Amino acid sequence: MEFNKHKHVVIIYPHPDDESFGASGTITYFREAGVPVTYLCGTLGEMGRNMGSPLFANRETLPEIRKQELLEVAKVLDIEVKMLGYRDKTLEFEDKDKVAEHLKSLLEEIAPSLVITHYPGYAVHPDHNALGAAAVEAVKRMDSDKRPELWAQAISNDRIEVLGKPDIVIDADPIFDKKVQAIKTHRSQAEAMIKRMEQASESSGENEFRKRMRYEGFYIWSFDD
Amino acid sequence: MKPIKMEEVQQKLESFVNKDVYVHLETTNGAYARHFDKKAYNVGAYIRNAKVQFSRAKIVGEGEFHRVGLKMDIGWIYAEGLTHWNVDDEGRLIMAGHDDVGRLMVAIQIGEKPFGQ
Repeated sequence: MEFNKHKHVVIIYPHPDDESFGASGTITYFREAGVPVTYLCGTLGEMGRNMGSPLFANRETLPEIRKQELLEVAKVLDIEVKMLGYRDKTLEFEDKDKVAEHLKSLLEEIAPSLVITHYPGYAVHPDHNALGAAAVEAVKRMDSDKRPELWAQAISNDRIEVLGKPDIVIDADPIFDKKVQAIKTHRSQAEAMIKRMEQASESSGENEFRKRMRYEGFYIWSFDD
Repeated sequence: MKPIKMEEVQQKLESFVNKDVYVHLETTNGAYARHFDKKAYNVGAYIRNAKVQFSRAKIVGEGEFHRVGLKMDIGWIYAEGLTHWNVDDEGRLIMAGHDDVGRLMVAIQIGEKPFGQ
């Protein structure tokens, strides 16, 4: 993988922490290669149910806590973050056309060579699917000579069965400490998950966290026009 | 958020009786329930800033788990599984029920000012 062949990467995911769980290895390699990375983060994860473990957040304090975690992770991963201002769990009810135009205007301004988003229909969370669909539409609407490459991330259990193996698989193992640091920066969201992984590791004897987080797979989207 | 103390919560609940108040009511088991367990179902619902009045408000419960019922002229508001509470800077009552790793399962919140959008 020649990371330095790209001039600017834009990540489009809906929640603060999607970038760390899903693509912080990939982001790290791009940054090491000197490629700027901008994260367009759809919502503040206002409706997340993880409140820290032990508990330290509630429904009303969570948005500001997650915003601060996101700003902190921007420093950890050395990326620029733009918050798009949608509300968690409501993206699929927004006008897809408008969201696509919103994203398109941002992409035209940033002019990335690569966009990474969720694979619509194969990304489990309704916000992932909705924002992924809007991002695909936004890139599709760009002039073909200015259109960036698009990598779509699928996370559903049936992804390989239906879509086949991902075109690009990034192994985060060599920089795994960085990925862990990014994930842990989203303290409110990561603590419970890490506890569960530790329990799973004790019963399986394997490092479940590393096993699940090591590879970041993407499908290269083809635009037929 | 702190573990529920029924007498203190009851007192706070009563301060909202017969007033126009805004209620946030929610339950969720997350968007990944079925992803991690094929036998599970993704279930959730919330209503934010329902403007209501109630004439009775009561908290009951056993051990760490509590229920709240609010009696309105033409119906009820109900939440089960509440474990923690707090009063925020705006004087709004925030209550929620969490699982063993701190994940929210249910919430009911009452305030004289609406909650942020």
